[in-house]
Amino acid sequence: MTDHIAKAYDRDLEALGRKIAEMGGIAEKMLADAIDALVNLDADLGRATAAVDQRLDTLQREVEEAAILTIARRQPMAVDLREIVAAIRVSGDLERVGDLAKNIARRAVRLAHEPRLPRAMIGLRHMGELAALHLKEVLDAYAQRDIDAAREVWLRDQELDSLDDSVFRDLLTFMMEDPRNITFCTHLLFCSKNIERVGDHATNIAETVHYLVTGENMPLDRPKGGQSTIDGGEPLP
Amino acid sequence: MNSVANTLADPTPGGDALPAKLRIKNLKFFYGATLALKGIDLNLYDKHVTAFIGPSGCGKSTLLRVLNRMYDLYPNQRAEGQVLLDGDNLLDPRLDINLLRARVGMVFQKPTPFPMTIYENIAFGIRLYEKLPKSEMDGRVETALKGAALWNEVKDKLHTSGLGLSGGQQQRLCIARTVAIKPEVILFDEPCSALDPISTAKVEELIDELSATYTIAIVTHNMQQAARVSDYTAFMYLGELIEFGPTNAIFTSPKNQRTQEYITGRFG
Repeated sequence: MTDHIAKAYDRDLEALGRKIAEMGGIAEKMLADAIDALVNLDADLGRATAAVDQRLDTLQREVEEAAILTIARRQPMAVDLREIVAAIRVSGDLERVGDLAKNIARRAVRLAHEPRLPRAMIGLRHMGELAALHLKEVLDAYAQRDIDAAREVWLRDQELDSLDDSVFRDLLTFMMEDPRNITFCTHLLFCSKNIERVGDHATNIAETVHYLVTGENMPLDRPKGGQSTIDGGEPLP
Repeated sequence: MNSVANTLADPTPGGDALPAKLRIKNLKFFYGATLALKGIDLNLYDKHVTAFIGPSGCGKSTLLRVLNRMYDLYPNQRAEGQVLLDGDNLLDPRLDINLLRARVGMVFQKPTPFPMTIYENIAFGIRLYEKLPKSEMDGRVETALKGAALWNEVKDKLHTSGLGLSGGQQQRLCIARTVAIKPEVILFDEPCSALDPISTAKVEELIDELSATYTIAIVTHNMQQAARVSDYTAFMYLGELIEFGPTNAIFTSPKNQRTQEYITGRFG
């Protein structure tokens, strides 16, 4: 795509892109560190990770302000309009990823002195790595405007859903074995759900990339992998 | 350009269910030896607003001028092809131009009120086509001024000069004059380019209301205006129709690269 006649317009959009890239980097690192803190029971890393979230919140606000200002100033059309809407959406998703990572990091601090580690921890580590991979790939797809790569991530989210499901069942068994396990298993259930939600945000970003490039939305019925429910009824949304 | 071929093959993308008021078929237009419109195929849908956008010199105003034979005034200008208004070819030399202009009204870039009273500005046009008793004429003038959202502002000074009105009011007076003779199609050639934002908003609101009754074509350089007021948008470049489609699609995800570059301010 050629440059705008108004060079300042290009500079505005580039600045927006740089902020999103910075947010992506921070969100990826926060997630990886939060998982490390959790599986290694590293309270210091947990605390340090939770503290980073503020930077992500600040950046998200800056992206929103810059986007609103650009809309007011330039009245963007077509691909520019989609670019700005995408920046707002992606920054929202990344900010949420930061919140989820912070939540995991805080639970890691709480669990740091817990001697009884269930087998589910292995599953959680695997989930964390997978979610981090999805996040990385979808951010690359966003940077490259690559709809095929974005679609790949979109389709693979069900792996995370299935893993969340299996961790859920593991933890349930562990809790039933000994009620003293309930407290920390509940923390781990939340961690599992949080990681699964990071996957959902990666999927959202994939959908945004598709919209940004094509101007069309992806279908609403994304494949879902998780099926387990507490009472054996219909799976929850 | 692929999309031109597509447009020629299917001049009514996604709109086949709508009745076309005007059908433009392979329209070519010449200024002397210069070809200004290179075979345009396009439909204007009944009671819908179609916006024409494109850089200066792309032929959009020329196209509008063809639709009510404005070019007849100039000996060196001629059109080829067909423009069918409910099946009647407007380009037929035997066509009565005055009757055509009663069916296809036009509002220009600069307000062009006649140097007469507000009342007479409206009544003048009606008298060309109909002989009405005074009471009925009063009613027609009032209806036209109400239709152009001007009545409340001028009802107490109908017999003062139309030139004493503000620019925005003058433009609405011209719209009232057009509406008064009950046309079927109204052509707007950059109707707001000389108006302030408030007057512009009033004219846009008016176009929206008028579209319930009339088929409307508007040429505008203001892309946001095209996006706001029209149902369909045609992007023209160098005398060709590059892309035509529902306005919502053209301004969020145009199919053609040139349309994209133009509406996002990358060329033009």
